[in-house]
Amino acid sequence: MNMSQTALESHSGATLDVARIRADFPILKLRPGGKPLVYLDNAASSQMPQQVIDRLVRYQTSQHANIHRAVHTLSEIATAEYEEARRKLARFINAREEREVIFTSGTTEAINLVMHGFGRKFIGAGDEIILTTLEHHSNIVPWQMLAEEKGARIRVVPINDAGELLLDEFEKLFNERTSLVGVTHVSNALGSVNPVKQMIAFARARGVPVLVDGAQAAPHMKVDVQDLDCDFYAFSGHKLCGPTGIGILYGKAALLELMQPFKGGGDMILSVTFEKTTYNVIPQKFEAGTPPIAAAIGLGAAVDYLSAIGMGAIAAHERDLLDYATAQLQRMPGVRIVGTAANKAAVLSFALDGVHPHDVGTLLNQDGVAVRTGHHCAQPVMQRFKVPATSRASFAFYNTMAEVDALAAGIRNVQKVFS
Amino acid sequence: MADPKSLYQEVILDHNRKPRNYGALAQASHQAAGHNPLCGDHLSLALNLEGERIAAIAFQGESCAICKASASMMTASVKGKTRQDAETLIQEFRDMATGQIDVGKQAHHLGRLTVFSGVHDLPTRVKCAILPWHTLHAALHSVADISTESENDPMHAPIGDA
Repeated sequence: MNMSQTALESHSGATLDVARIRADFPILKLRPGGKPLVYLDNAASSQMPQQVIDRLVRYQTSQHANIHRAVHTLSEIATAEYEEARRKLARFINAREEREVIFTSGTTEAINLVMHGFGRKFIGAGDEIILTTLEHHSNIVPWQMLAEEKGARIRVVPINDAGELLLDEFEKLFNERTSLVGVTHVSNALGSVNPVKQMIAFARARGVPVLVDGAQAAPHMKVDVQDLDCDFYAFSGHKLCGPTGIGILYGKAALLELMQPFKGGGDMILSVTFEKTTYNVIPQKFEAGTPPIAAAIGLGAAVDYLSAIGMGAIAAHERDLLDYATAQLQRMPGVRIVGTAANKAAVLSFALDGVHPHDVGTLLNQDGVAVRTGHHCAQPVMQRFKVPATSRASFAFYNTMAEVDALAAGIRNVQKVFS
Repeated sequence: MADPKSLYQEVILDHNRKPRNYGALAQASHQAAGHNPLCGDHLSLALNLEGERIAAIAFQGESCAICKASASMMTASVKGKTRQDAETLIQEFRDMATGQIDVGKQAHHLGRLTVFSGVHDLPTRVKCAILPWHTLHAALHSVADISTESENDPMHAPIGDA
């Protein structure tokens, strides 16, 4: 082993065989416009490895029936596989019990579940909900709807110029009316990793439950809900190499049991008469109707895939990508990185002097480089940095240093066109 | 796949760098503001009708190059024309941008505006090119504010999925 390999490994703690990993992702072989696809929009949605695709096909071709219903063999197989997926997700986040994992359609539905199930029951007029400037719209709008309905009040934790939450301001927002904290683990627009464990400890000491939006964290780092001690944790499958239409809400069992159902229908009841309906136990109480069974099983296969690689190794490789990309863009005149938190996930938001992000995105696409441009469903963040929109490159463990180079070359080309 | 090079032609880059008729009008008989909340593009448009003729027109705002160049070239095209001529151009520009007419094969009055024909291969950018034209339509019909995502855009429905 030569010195540079040693240095790389000591920096990362582990190395990934990225070439072998990339071979698992058929979509990465695409050549849009004759150029290799450089997919840097992973914060919007990640790609799916063949192992997950195969699992979906196997379920659909040999295991599909409705679950929790019939006595026939297929239904028993489908039910067992669906519940096995729940066990996998529970292990993935180290939940104490698998019934604490509720399958939802994604992070948005998970947050709405907390709003309806917890918020509408326990939050009333004059109560306060603490959110942060870094929230995605999906962790703002449901709470505004609740606040309007109940006469509750939303308090917002500010950020500094680097895109870091101001913890002392967070602590000052607490009072006897504080009923819930909603905080994103990782900012989708800036990549800031928030000190959620510290925030949860502060809130819990005051008896305030905490909902963590983990949509941008679960794909990129080891999440341990018992270690965090959060009350709720939500994330989506499609950002985690799984299918769309599936995600989970983790909730502490005692809290989930106190909550009211979100949607009414089949599977969430024990008995129904026109006089009285008795609700099912958790998690079924929150899973009305036929769930996306295949998607749940596919998500189970996705967390198996990620776990086999190792979340630590994934985080280390993405850290290297971010450091390399940040260094590249910092050197380029006319490029401003938006979001410079000390602790960041592999998200790089940037603005080019004199060029609108939409033009950046269209021209980068011409070079096969897929980035997101716009406000990233985080308009309060854009307002804080006084930009209408940014361009955002977001990395996954299957991205390479050469792809960072392609991004930098693409940006230089945009600057040339607009020079 | 569309070649955006065909969209970012020198004439569009030039109008983006040096937009024509940029600014405000001291007096305006008609005005409207256009807004695309999806990307934050916004522009305000003012014009003076003398009889049926657009005697003066000006715009200002913040937007991407496609939107700004479209607004600049639009104002240059409709200045001095009648309201009816402008309405014809609005319709034809919209049809071109949404791919409903092939400007290479069908008759039209768009002239140099055909430089935007490539936008119909880029569905996410169609609204950027059309926003100034919708704003002009709104101004001529005395609608004060339009949004590409709002029902009060009189032309919202036809490009709802653009």
